[in-house]
Amino acid sequence: MLARIAAPSEGGVVISQFVQLLLAGVAQGCVYALVALGFVLIYKATETVNFAQGDMMMLGAFFALTAGTFMGWPYWVTILFAVASMALVGMLIERIVLRPVLGYPAFTVVMITIGVGYVLRGLVTMMPGWGTETYALATPFADKVINFGGVVLAVQEIAVIGMTAALCLVLYLFFRFARIGVAMQATSQNQLAAYYMGIPVRRVNMMIWGLSAGVAAFAGILLAPFTFVHSNMGYIGLKAFPAAVVGGFGSVPGAIVGGLIIGVVEALSGLYLPEGFKDVAAYVVVLLVLLVKPSGIFGETATKKV
Amino acid sequence: MTTPNEGTRGVTGGQRPLVSSLPAFFSVENLGISFGGVRAVDDVSFEVSRGAVYTIIGPNGAGKTTIFNLIGLLYPASSGRIVFEGQDLTGTSPHRVAELGIARTFQNIELFEHATVLQNLLIGRHRHRRTNLWQELLYLPAVRRAELAQREAVEKVIDLLDLQHYRDSLVAGLPYGVRKVIELARALATEPRLLLLDEPSSGLNPEETDDMAYWIEDIRDGLGITVLMVEHDMNLVSRVSDRVLALNEGRPIAEGTPAEVQSHPAVVEAYLGGGDD
Amino acid sequence: MRFFFKTDYAQDLRIARHGGHVFWYGLLLAVLVALPLFVGEYFLTQLHFIAIYSIVGFGLMLLVGFTGQISLGHAAFLAVGAYTEALLQAKGVPFLISLPTAALFSAAVGVIVGLPALRLKGIYLAIATIAFNVIVEEIITRWEGLTGGNSGLQVKDVVLLGQSVESPTAFYYLCLVITVICCLFMINLLRSPTGRAFVAIRDSEISASCMGVNLAKYKTMSFALSAALTGIAGALYAHKLAFISPEQFNLFVSIEMVTIVILGGIGSLHGAVLGAAFIILLPQGIAIAKDWLPPGMAPTGLQAVIFGIILIAFIIFEPLGLYGRWVKVRTWFQLFPFYRRGMFKRQKTYTKSERLR
Repeated sequence: MLARIAAPSEGGVVISQFVQLLLAGVAQGCVYALVALGFVLIYKATETVNFAQGDMMMLGAFFALTAGTFMGWPYWVTILFAVASMALVGMLIERIVLRPVLGYPAFTVVMITIGVGYVLRGLVTMMPGWGTETYALATPFADKVINFGGVVLAVQEIAVIGMTAALCLVLYLFFRFARIGVAMQATSQNQLAAYYMGIPVRRVNMMIWGLSAGVAAFAGILLAPFTFVHSNMGYIGLKAFPAAVVGGFGSVPGAIVGGLIIGVVEALSGLYLPEGFKDVAAYVVVLLVLLVKPSGIFGETATKKV
Repeated sequence: MTTPNEGTRGVTGGQRPLVSSLPAFFSVENLGISFGGVRAVDDVSFEVSRGAVYTIIGPNGAGKTTIFNLIGLLYPASSGRIVFEGQDLTGTSPHRVAELGIARTFQNIELFEHATVLQNLLIGRHRHRRTNLWQELLYLPAVRRAELAQREAVEKVIDLLDLQHYRDSLVAGLPYGVRKVIELARALATEPRLLLLDEPSSGLNPEETDDMAYWIEDIRDGLGITVLMVEHDMNLVSRVSDRVLALNEGRPIAEGTPAEVQSHPAVVEAYLGGGDD
Repeated sequence: MRFFFKTDYAQDLRIARHGGHVFWYGLLLAVLVALPLFVGEYFLTQLHFIAIYSIVGFGLMLLVGFTGQISLGHAAFLAVGAYTEALLQAKGVPFLISLPTAALFSAAVGVIVGLPALRLKGIYLAIATIAFNVIVEEIITRWEGLTGGNSGLQVKDVVLLGQSVESPTAFYYLCLVITVICCLFMINLLRSPTGRAFVAIRDSEISASCMGVNLAKYKTMSFALSAALTGIAGALYAHKLAFISPEQFNLFVSIEMVTIVILGGIGSLHGAVLGAAFIILLPQGIAIAKDWLPPGMAPTGLQAVIFGIILIAFIIFEPLGLYGRWVKVRTWFQLFPFYRRGMFKRQKTYTKSERLR
């Protein structure tokens, strides 16, 4: 995130800088929140931790780039295209790579997702037309600012926050009124029992991956104006793990809240703390949370009954 | 015969710890714990004399396994205390309890699945370990001698329970009846003075239950180990137990010899229900 | 599967259980010792890396394969070992003192990580180790006065008992000796009560503690030992590279380290060595494959793609790893023609929640 230098106005240089930074932090936090949301969905359904979530975000951004910048499609069409394509990719990944390992211990499945991440990164760099270059994604909010009580705010950042909120609302309605939510819970706790209950476990898993990948693509599109589109942009996705832990691993609202917290903490430590702290702020926060309350804000602890 | 219990708990079904001039081998006094508002164990007290087989019975959910978990310090009780050979166990940890000479089996089999039967039993010998890390890294002769001694001790248990056939098999993949025996073997390998058996006959067919009865008698008479047992199978209970405690909903309702408890009206009511079905 | 008759308990304790073991491992050792006479310098330098990564594999195998913990941040211990060795050597400390010191210091850091990790399991532990790795990397970068920060540190050759270990052959023997010693330590550990305690913790913490295993003590010990081994590898790594900087110890290196363990086969020492060899030799193979790429595709991503595909393929098709494959091949030969395809088949399991463990 680029910190903007505030235009001096009466008595408000520091305050306006603070507000701008806060906004930037919240916007960044929204991106973390979406990535965290994506893999919390997968975790809730299959107890798999998807380390490739950041790279799926990156691929989604590249799809958007192709549609929007290279082929010149309108912004909203680009979003739909990228999300839909990525959803397909997500379902393919689940079908090809994850279904064979249904029942394997969690650790090995995590390693598979790490492998998937490598493959996605490598393929993107090998693609003619994409490669290792950095590209800009055209959005209708670029370079627009609004003046709010003397503070100059970037419209792009406000748009990120707004679009994230909209997506969360859509997802909330989806889970509230669809039976898939309950099906997800069942499959995550005991697959065999879920099978017996008639839940099409494999199909549910595939759909969750598709949904999660779509959310990742959405996050990538929101992130693109700030970090630009390049094959290593998925690295930011790593920070989504601290976000999910802080909010409470396995909790959907927790992922959102955690993401926002991490984004704001990062922005503020960039301002107030010495150099270098900004990069590790997320990790220091997560270590503290793990030491004090590993279940995070919304998470629950469960112990085994013997 | 019950006597009024002091304190706020009231009189009904209250138990007073048996008063004797010698300290009991093992006693539980006013033990209690709540889980989220539910009083799982409520003012339970009993005494086990050395060399006896003491059984706790009760319908499902009566708190029997919870008592075992409390004795093993898997979680701390909210009230009461546990005294073993004169030592108060309050505030210690599970491994310390094992070091003192209390071993247990688990109702739902908690064996080390990816190790062989022999390794499972050898882990039971852990409290008899006398070597430290540096000696083991260099595998000094002292370590080799200790290992051979542990192996011989474990083989005695294998002989007792006829597990020779399974010595080198991985536990994962062995049938349920064998695993129950391995649970028992592992507990015996620790050379305990007090053995906690959690539903030793659950899931076993009549022949296996018969074997289990013989083994429990052997453990008491031949090995001199005191046994505290949770059981449902009333035949097994009557056959091997010296004294029985009946629980219902976390509270003790009767205590005495097997015959006394089985005919106690409160026990009959708890098992068969008060009204008609 | 070999059938051999046991006559006493001591036989089960021995490292080499029977004549065949003695013969083949003896032969292997002889070949390894005689190797510099046959192979060129380039291959020797590759062997340096294989040895170093084998020690890394041992360390991680101890923690992950035998104690059942997770660490996705082990490169931090590699860094601690490397920088400790580099700084001590710069101060003139002899190698025979600086190496154990690097190991001990790594172990101390391992304890620092292990203590808070006692309460953490699974994904929480993984994230904590990732956080730890990133933070250590950052500390090394920022503490420029000590470590030279991003500009890195020069590391001179090992000076052992007054002699400078310069030639690839000499360094090879040094690495070989240290690797064999580490391997022996691991073997000894695994046939002793401590090793069994580790395995018990892996399989069932609750019943391990009820059997008298002090969970806190042994988990911390496992972290410390694992860190110590990785620190030793780090010290050798520093000399090998001759120049160390923080970015050589980042998260990707940690993941590479875990890949060694997975590719080789979790739960076996052979696996650590085989995995190390595979990881080191893989880029060579990829470099050859680059020539076959269609035009227009940049070769830069190929390494990542192949790495990822191999990792995925191994986990799906060969969960027992390279060592598992070796065992299957050997069994095929031993049982010929009675080998049955289903002999090593994994029983299908259904995922149960690992949150309740």
